[in-house]
Amino acid sequence: MRSYGIYVLTRFAQFLLVVFIGISLTFFITHLSPIDPVEQMIAGMTAMGQSDPEAVALMRTALQELYGTGGPLMEQYFAYWGRILSADFGPSLSSFPTPVSTLISRALPWTVGLLFTCTVISWVLGNLLGGLAGYFRESRMLKLAGVIVMGFHPVPYYIIAFVLLIIFGLMWPVLPTSGGAAANLPRGWNAEYVLSVLRHSILPAVSIVLVGLGGWFMGMRALVSNVVTEDYVTYAELGGVRRSRILPFYVIRNALVPQVTGLAMSLGAIFNGAIIVEFVFGYPGLGRLLISAVYAGDYGLVLGVTTISIVAVSAAVFLIDILYPVFDPRVKLA
Amino acid sequence: MLKILRDLFRYNLEFAIGAVLMAVILGMAALSAFSPYPPANIYVVAPDVPPSWAHPFGTNSRGQDVFWQLTFAMRNTLLFGFAVALLSRLLSLLVGLVAGYQGGLTDRVLMSINDTFIVIPLFPLLVLFYFVMRDYMNWALLALVIACLGWAYDARLIRSIMMSLKTRDFTKTSVFSGMKMHEIVVREHLPYVMPIVFSTTLNNINWSIGLEVTLSVLGFTDINKPTVGTMIFWANQHSAMVAGVWWWFVFPTAFITLTFIALFLLAVSMNEYIDPRSRLARMGTGGG
Repeated sequence: MRSYGIYVLTRFAQFLLVVFIGISLTFFITHLSPIDPVEQMIAGMTAMGQSDPEAVALMRTALQELYGTGGPLMEQYFAYWGRILSADFGPSLSSFPTPVSTLISRALPWTVGLLFTCTVISWVLGNLLGGLAGYFRESRMLKLAGVIVMGFHPVPYYIIAFVLLIIFGLMWPVLPTSGGAAANLPRGWNAEYVLSVLRHSILPAVSIVLVGLGGWFMGMRALVSNVVTEDYVTYAELGGVRRSRILPFYVIRNALVPQVTGLAMSLGAIFNGAIIVEFVFGYPGLGRLLISAVYAGDYGLVLGVTTISIVAVSAAVFLIDILYPVFDPRVKLA
Repeated sequence: MLKILRDLFRYNLEFAIGAVLMAVILGMAALSAFSPYPPANIYVVAPDVPPSWAHPFGTNSRGQDVFWQLTFAMRNTLLFGFAVALLSRLLSLLVGLVAGYQGGLTDRVLMSINDTFIVIPLFPLLVLFYFVMRDYMNWALLALVIACLGWAYDARLIRSIMMSLKTRDFTKTSVFSGMKMHEIVVREHLPYVMPIVFSTTLNNINWSIGLEVTLSVLGFTDINKPTVGTMIFWANQHSAMVAGVWWWFVFPTAFITLTFIALFLLAVSMNEYIDPRSRLARMGTGGG
């Protein structure tokens, strides 16, 4: 148990390091830019017709505080951390005066829900298919399945989502291609609303799963084809253990460990994909929030979403890391 | 070298398909040199003409020939991928070789930083970068930034190969014969690492082109430089999907998808070729 504590501590230190480097990157990106962001924002805002002087003055102070312009760079840096740690990104420019944190907390559940479901589906399905394909190497059907999932794998999320949009928006409009739920339904835990949410999430979810499947499939197939040549598998087969038992408990169980590490390592990439897919289908999550914030010139919102993304993804990776010993008992002893 | 390629062609279906696709794509990009229209000019042909003999891929609502526009787009997009892959290879080689050879504290520090870059979601960072750069954003700058963010995964791979090379006898021989660290790494170890570097290059080109397309489609790059992403961006700007000008976005999408599949197949077959066990298995069963 003690060594598990040390393991958790080192993973936690890594989590802090990711957050530290990530947030510092956002600081340097925003502060080493050749453009004075505050004046650009104010100019953009007055050009957009926002002329209430009180609001402009409020915005200028908020922006200056947020950018931390003025004072030496180190001082700005510490002030920046102060803002970040208190999760205070000021009011949103595009939907003034709603605070950025409110907008983010409204969008976050959509992204987390979509991302979690899709990641679980593609990881489980990909590993299962890959395991079967690695074990039953002669099966023609599994070979065909492999060709199909691997064909989707190298295509980026945007293109897959775009093609689905062309098919289901233009050629065969049976599924909703925009929004998180039908707009005329009241929010609540009733069958009609939940069904609408599910229907709206089909296309974004399919995009994410299609891209994700191939990676898990290939990884698992390669791992399993290595494991099946091990002596203990041959022994089990000769000993008359049923194949339906060997595959999940003898083979996949052992091959699963690197796939858990793989999940932790690719979570950032999956998150990137989810953001893009959300934008394509107008899904009301962080992705749409981020990209529409860029179009609206809403600095606080862009920074807020970026920061939250970094913290959320690294926290999720930390969670997977500390659950890792469940899959690999050896970690407890190490 | 030619013999290797011939064998790959004969025994490896993935390689054969990938190579043929890649040849088509490179040919398309090379045609850009013969384009009758400069890429930046608009309203040089009649707008919204469907595909025909005069305009094989039709013309778009900005009065450009989609076929010739696509040749420039493919050229720029591929060049972008090559540039990013080349730059980020340097970083990943440096980090991977040093971490793997030195081990100990250097390795731990480098790998912590490395893992950080693997975990951080890059897309929001790139969006933030565009947001503060705006009009200063250009092709070369984007390539540089993506290269600086995209080396980590492959550095880890190179490190693991390096760690096993380090325990081989010839490393000790080199150390005892008085070679310096950089000499050993570059002259003795690098040749063993190069094949895997080559296959990661293909994957990295894929990855960076994917990012470029995505950012351009959203308009987060220099939208006046024709790339596959900016072509789709302009098609969306003119609501080509609603207007029924399908050839404007279908051809770029199809060609970029083929590019991804070609690069992926080449990388997969390359990986297989590097691993002698799977190479022999394939040749033994005659391509099964």
